[in-house]
Amino acid sequence: MITKRIIPCLDVRDGRVVKGVNFEGLRDVSSPVELGMYYSSCGADELVFYDITASSDGRKLFTDILCETARKVFIPLTVGGGINSVDDFDRVLKCGADKVSVNSGAIRNPSLIFEAAKRYGDQCVVLSVDVKRVDGVFRVFAKGGRENTGLEAISWIKQCVESGAGEVVVNSIDTDGVKGGFDLEMLAAVCDAVSVPVIASGGAGKIQDFITLFQTLPKVDAGLAASIFHFGEVNIADLKEKMAQENIPTRRL
Amino acid sequence: MVAIVDYGVGNLFSLQSSFAAIGAEVTVTAQKEILEQANCIILPGVGAFEDAAKKLRGSGLDKTLKELAAKGKPLMGICLGMQLLFERSYEYGCHEGLGLLKGSVRPIRDVIPSDYKIPHIGWNGLIFKKGSPLLKYTQEGDCVYFVHSFYAADCDASVIATAEYGAELTAAVADGNVLGCQFHPEKSGDVGLKILKAFVEMGEKL
Repeated sequence: MITKRIIPCLDVRDGRVVKGVNFEGLRDVSSPVELGMYYSSCGADELVFYDITASSDGRKLFTDILCETARKVFIPLTVGGGINSVDDFDRVLKCGADKVSVNSGAIRNPSLIFEAAKRYGDQCVVLSVDVKRVDGVFRVFAKGGRENTGLEAISWIKQCVESGAGEVVVNSIDTDGVKGGFDLEMLAAVCDAVSVPVIASGGAGKIQDFITLFQTLPKVDAGLAASIFHFGEVNIADLKEKMAQENIPTRRL
Repeated sequence: MVAIVDYGVGNLFSLQSSFAAIGAEVTVTAQKEILEQANCIILPGVGAFEDAAKKLRGSGLDKTLKELAAKGKPLMGICLGMQLLFERSYEYGCHEGLGLLKGSVRPIRDVIPSDYKIPHIGWNGLIFKKGSPLLKYTQEGDCVYFVHSFYAADCDASVIATAEYGAELTAAVADGNVLGCQFHPEKSGDVGLKILKAFVEMGEKL
């Protein structure tokens, strides 16, 4: 049976993990490579590296650490941040990324998903979308959630899937950082609209939030989170133990 | 030495790294002489069957692989590389494969319920069908990472493991020295590395 995936997301700037992480036993808590190896050893099913670097020097550092991670971590690796062209896909895929996530780049250039899917296959292209309710309507936000694009989220997601996005990461701005649980209403609307894997993001604060997610919405394929993993509030091994107890299919080490 | 066949399909960085991680000497090559010297050969592949099959034939690597397989050299296909070992594929038409294994490649959609998503993507547990040296370090139920929309059918004779996804899909095959994994061992954590280790050991015995 296919298992529900648990995915830690690391924000990387100039080759270093942003926001200090709080783990004992890691030599260098800001090293994406070490943190990636640590998560892999805990049972993470996939890693997302999100590049928030602005400079081209920083981009080079990012691809270097990507290569080093791919040499040492043998689980799927998704890369996002600053993906605006097919050349950007090429740059990170050559360094060992398996999937590439596009967000603002697809809003600026709507043909990006189609072109990338044609060249690398649908399975390689992940749509990442930041969604917030505005007057009761789900709207797509750009620039890290700061700018309302005016796009209606569900039709935007459907359009991107038709263009070739093979997975969708739905990040709810409304629940992000609140730690009160995933945005089940928003995720249900997306699951009803598309037939590709849906990855829930934004709002997890504790183990039970993942359990509630997978029990309430069996069509959700994966749960993604960042700080709760980094700060040790949720331990991935404990989370998977609990999932198994609740009969949610999960990969055990 | 493990030789990974380079025929311009997909990115071989992770695959190469995974062999390095288990301490195997590994080389990526399209040269016949190096493939002949190798203890065992990996046929990788992502993308479309027709395009990949054409590239194999265009470079003459199809003949080389068939020759070496006939001599008993362990040859393992991974993902599309596994599918290429079969007689034919019905991926957008009908295309001829290497014919080293009996069977054909068909759309998953034909055999699974309509509410299952395509591609079959993610970690799924192995169901053992037959003992094989390839799985000697693997336990039934161990999860491996799949990404595919087509599967190997009509190949009961060679199936050693399947995975349940609304139907039992071929996960691993073996017929003597010709082997294949539909999943990506290089992306399947320690379970995957152990499968690669078992494969490397098959080559060392010769």
